[in-house]
Amino acid sequence: MSEAKRAKTIEGMTGPWEIVIGLEVHAQVQSEAKLFSGASTTFGAEPNANVSLVDAGMPGMLPVINDFCVEQAVRTGLGLNAQINKVSVFDRKNYFYPDLPQGYQISQFKQPIVGEGEVIVDLPGGESVTVRIERLHLEQDAGKSLHDQDPNHTYVDLNRSGVALMEIVSKPDMRSSDEAAAYLKKLRNLLRYLGTCDGNMDEGSMRADVNVSICKPGAYEKFRETGSFSHLGTRCEIKNVNSMKFVAQAIEYEARRQIDVVEGGGTVNQETRLFDNKAGVTRAMRSKEEAHDYRYFPDPDLLPLELEDDFIARIKASIPELPDAKKARFVSEYGLSVYDAGLLVAERETAAYFEEAAKGRDAKAVANWIAGDLFASLNRDNKSIDESPVSAAALGEMVGLISDNTISGRIAKDVFVIMYATGEAPAKIVEEKGLRQVTDTGAIGAAVDEVIDANPAKVAELLKKPKLLGWFVGEVMKKTQGKANPQAVNDLLRAKLGDRIGE
Amino acid sequence: MSVDEKAVRRAARLARLAIPEERLAPMAAELTGIMEWVEQLNELDTDHVEPMTSVRPMRLHRRADVVTDGGYAADVVKNAPSSEDNFFVVPKVVE
Amino acid sequence: MSELLKMTMAEARDGLRAKAFSSAELTAAASSAVAEARPLNAFITETPEQAAEMAAASDAKLARGEGGALEGIPLGIKDLFCTKGVQTTAGSRILQGFKPVYESTITAKLWAAGGVMLGKLNLDEFAMGSSNETSYYGPAINPWRRGNDDTKLVPGGSSGGSSAAVAADLCFGATATDTGGSIRQPAAVTGTVGIKPTYGRCSRWGVVAFASSLDQAGPITRTVKDAAIMLREMCGYDPKDSTSVDMAVPDFEASCGGSVKGLRIGVPKEYRIEGVPEEVDHLWDQGIAWLKEAGAEIVEVSLPHTKYALPAYYIVAPAEASSNLSRYDGVKYGLRVDSDDLTTMYEQTRAAGFGREVQRRILIGTYVLSAGYYDAYYIKAQKVRTLIANDFTAAFEKCDVLLTPASPSPAFGIGEKSNDPISMYLNDVYTVTANLVGLPGIAVPAGLSKTGLPLGLQLIGRAFDEETLFRTGAVLERAANFTGKPGKWWA
Repeated sequence: MSEAKRAKTIEGMTGPWEIVIGLEVHAQVQSEAKLFSGASTTFGAEPNANVSLVDAGMPGMLPVINDFCVEQAVRTGLGLNAQINKVSVFDRKNYFYPDLPQGYQISQFKQPIVGEGEVIVDLPGGESVTVRIERLHLEQDAGKSLHDQDPNHTYVDLNRSGVALMEIVSKPDMRSSDEAAAYLKKLRNLLRYLGTCDGNMDEGSMRADVNVSICKPGAYEKFRETGSFSHLGTRCEIKNVNSMKFVAQAIEYEARRQIDVVEGGGTVNQETRLFDNKAGVTRAMRSKEEAHDYRYFPDPDLLPLELEDDFIARIKASIPELPDAKKARFVSEYGLSVYDAGLLVAERETAAYFEEAAKGRDAKAVANWIAGDLFASLNRDNKSIDESPVSAAALGEMVGLISDNTISGRIAKDVFVIMYATGEAPAKIVEEKGLRQVTDTGAIGAAVDEVIDANPAKVAELLKKPKLLGWFVGEVMKKTQGKANPQAVNDLLRAKLGDRIGE
Repeated sequence: MSVDEKAVRRAARLARLAIPEERLAPMAAELTGIMEWVEQLNELDTDHVEPMTSVRPMRLHRRADVVTDGGYAADVVKNAPSSEDNFFVVPKVVE
Repeated sequence: MSELLKMTMAEARDGLRAKAFSSAELTAAASSAVAEARPLNAFITETPEQAAEMAAASDAKLARGEGGALEGIPLGIKDLFCTKGVQTTAGSRILQGFKPVYESTITAKLWAAGGVMLGKLNLDEFAMGSSNETSYYGPAINPWRRGNDDTKLVPGGSSGGSSAAVAADLCFGATATDTGGSIRQPAAVTGTVGIKPTYGRCSRWGVVAFASSLDQAGPITRTVKDAAIMLREMCGYDPKDSTSVDMAVPDFEASCGGSVKGLRIGVPKEYRIEGVPEEVDHLWDQGIAWLKEAGAEIVEVSLPHTKYALPAYYIVAPAEASSNLSRYDGVKYGLRVDSDDLTTMYEQTRAAGFGREVQRRILIGTYVLSAGYYDAYYIKAQKVRTLIANDFTAAFEKCDVLLTPASPSPAFGIGEKSNDPISMYLNDVYTVTANLVGLPGIAVPAGLSKTGLPLGLQLIGRAFDEETLFRTGAVLERAANFTGKPGKWWA
C-alpha cells in the first residue's frame, strides 16, 4: 500500500491537506517495585503510602536500579524487533514541578536502552502497515497533582513517583487517526503478550503524547526520501492522552485546528497542548509556555548500564509467541482466514481461549463461535473473555456435539444460550432438555410425508420456485421441535419430491 | 565568555532563584570572571578524549524486584511546610 | 576532666576497654568542653543528652566485655550527615529545622561500632567553601591563632567545624566530607589528620549531596592511627549507593606501623606553584627529606594537566550541585516562603534559603548545563578529568604514592578572601585533583608556619590503596613529631 494512498486527506479552503502523526507512548513497566527504589507500584494506595525516602527526594537519598525493570525494557525491545543497546546511560532531566520531588527526572536521553525497531499495525480493513520505532528508554514517572481538592492549593501524592516507565517513541509514520489508534492498539497488545505492561489505560498504565502536524500532499514523501523535517509542518505535542478514542479525537481536532490557523494566515507554534476530553478540544498548556531547557546530563549517582550477552539471550529465550507469529500459525495450522486469525490474536487471552477450545475440534467452527455468539454475549455484558461463563473446554465440547451430529447447529444456538446463562456443560443440557438430534429416517420420513400431504399448493409451486424447498425443511424441523438432522430432512425431501422440484 | 545580565536572569529563572534587579549586574560580572577562568580548558585539545563516565570502573549494581520500602506516609510528609491528610500542599498549579 | 580529652582515640579506646575510665566520664568531659567552646562555633547542634544515653549504653556493653571498635568514644558529626530525629542543616537556612526520619549509612555504622554522638558540626553551606564562612550559622573559628594576635582565623572548609572541634580537643574524631579538598585542607590548617578515601569506599547514602561524582566522606582525627581506626568503621559496601564499591575493608590500623623502605615516593613537579609562600614548598622539601631518610626512594613525576584540575572542578561540581540542590524547593521539607503563586514560592524560597556562594554555584551549574553550552563546558570538563586520570595512571607506573603540600597557605583571617571567589577556590589547588579522579588522599600535620600556624603535607595513593597512605602518613607523622597545640583562648 503506497504512502500516498494511505494518507487521509482533509479538505481545506485552499485545497487538500494531509496529517502526519508520531506517538510517544508511556507504558508502565509491570514490576513489583519502582525503578530506583523498593517501594510498591500497586495502584490505588493511600496518599504517599507507596513512597520511599528515595521517591520523596529526601536529602542524601540515592537511586539503585531495579534489575527486573531493565529486563522488561529489553524484553519489550526484543518484541519490537529492535536494537538492544548493550551500554545505555541514565540522564537527569531538570525541571521544577511539585510532583517531581528530586527536581529532576531520571531518564535516558542520548543513549537509550533500546534503539530502532518496528511494529506491524493491522488496519480495520484487513491491511497492515509498518510503523517504525525510533527508540525505547526507561524513565521515572512523576507523582500526581490534584488540582480540584481546594480552590487555592494543589495536593501532591507521590505514590507514582519513581514508577518505571518505558517511553516508546515512534517515527512520524502514521497518516490518519485510525492508523494512530490501530498502532496504539497493536502496541498495547504486544506489551500484554510480552507481559511487560498491563496496558490498563484507565489506571494510567499506558498513555500517549501525540505529535501532530499537517502538510500538503507530496510533502510527506519528500520527508521520507530526505529525512528532513523541513518538509513537514510545525508539530504540536498533545500530552498525556489516555484512551484510544481520545487519541483519535485529539488528532482530528488538532489537524483541523492547524489547517484553520495556516489557512487563516497564521503560523502553528511548536507547543505542548492538552486534550480536553469533555469539550473535545486541544488547548495550549500554560505551565509549559515557558521555553524549557532541561539541562540533561548523565546522573552521577548511577553508572552506565551495561548488559551482558547471556542476560539478553536468557530474555530472548523467554519471549512467548507474539501476535504476528501467532496469527500466521492460526492461518496455517487451523486453516483460519487472515481476518479471523487477526481477530483471535488481538488479545492474548482470546488466542489462548481459542487454542484450548479448538483442541481436537473443528477449529474453524470454534473460531466462528468465538467471533460470533461468544463475543456478542460478552460485549453485551461488558465482560472480558477471562470472565466468560462458557469455558474454552465447554465451547469445544459443544462444537464436538455438532460435529458428531448429536445436535444440529440450530439447536446449538439454544444450547449456547443456556451454557452462557448457567455455566453448565453442553452434554448435560442436551440430555436434560432432550435436544439430541433425531437421525432416525423413519421418524423424519413420517414428518416429511405429513408436510407434503398438507401443502399440495406449495408442492406445485416448487417446480417454478425450487428455493421453496427451504420452507419445507423449516416446516419439517418445526414438526420435530428442531431436533431432526437437517441433512437427513433435506435428503428425504429431495427423494420424496423427486422431479417436482424445478431446476 | 562574557556572561551578561540576560544570561544571569535566564539561569536564575531556570534555577528558580529570585535575584533582585540590582544584583544582576554584579552577579554577571562575577560569573564572567569565573567563566573566563575556567575557559583555560580550551587550551587543551580533547577531540580524541572520551569524557569520564564513572569515577572508578565498576559494574552498575542492580536490585531485585522486591517491595522493601514504603508504608510510612506520615514520615514522608513529617517535615513538610504544609501537608494535609498525608498529601503535600502547594500553591495552586495551573496546567 | 579535660585531661581525658587530650588522649588520642586509640588511647581512649584502650583506656575504656581497661576500664581506666568510663564512657560516661569521657562523654561528660567532651560535652562540657563542647559547651565551653561555643566561641569557636564548631557545633550547629549539640546533643549532650543523646550523648549521655549512648555513653551509658556503651558502658553497659564494655562492662560485659562487649562493644565495637569505637565503643564509648565521643565523636562529632558534620552536619551534612543525616541523623535520625536530630536537626540536619547542611549549614543552610533552607534546611533549618529539618529532622530526618532516617540515619545516614556512615553514622549508622559508627553508632553500631559504639561511637557516641556529641552533636552536629558546622560546615560551609552545602559543603561549598574552603573556609566555613558560607555557613548560615556563622563561621566556625580555628582554635589556632597567629601567636598573640587575636584575629579570628578560618578552620578551613568545608569541614571547618570538624577540624576545629578535633583541633580543640572537643572530640576524638569527627566525620567530614571532601568534594574538592574539604577534609584535607581544613585538617592541614588546624594541625589535624584528614583522609579522603577512594571514591566508593564510603557510602554516600544519607549524606546531603553536593557533587555526587566527587563527594566522599572520611574522618578528621588527631593522629594517623586514629584516622585508620575511624575510617575502617566508616567504609564498606552499601547496596543503597550505586557508586559504593563491593570490596573488603582492610585493617588500616595495622598499616600504621609499617616501614617505607624501598617505597617509591612520587614528587609531582607541577605542584610547585608560583605565588605560593616559600614556607609551603620548604615544608614539602622537608617531607621529601624525611621519607628519604626513612628509606623511601624519591622519584620526580609529572602530572601535566594539574593546572586544569580546578577549572574542570568548577564546571563539574557546580553542574552536579545545581541539579542536586533542586530538591530544596519548599515543598517537602525545610524553608518555604509562601506565595499564592507556585513559581514565586519556588523563587523566593530558594533566594531566601540559599546563601550567596550556593546561589553563585547554582547559577554557574545551570549555565554550563544549559542548551548550547553543555558540550563546551560540561563535556569538556569530563574529558579533562579523563586526561587527569591518565596523568595519575602514568605517574603510578613510576611511583607508589605521591607527596605534595596539602594547602597553599596556613589559616587566613575571616573575611580576608571572601570577596574574590577565585582566590578562595585556589585553596583547593593541591587537593582537588584527587577528587576528580576518585583517588585517596591524606593530610598529615608536618610543621608550623612563620606565624606559628599548622601546615600539612598530603599523600595521594592509588585507588583503594589507603593502606600505603596510612603507612607513609605514620612515618611522616613520626618524623615531623608535630606536637603543637593551640592555646585554649576560648575558655
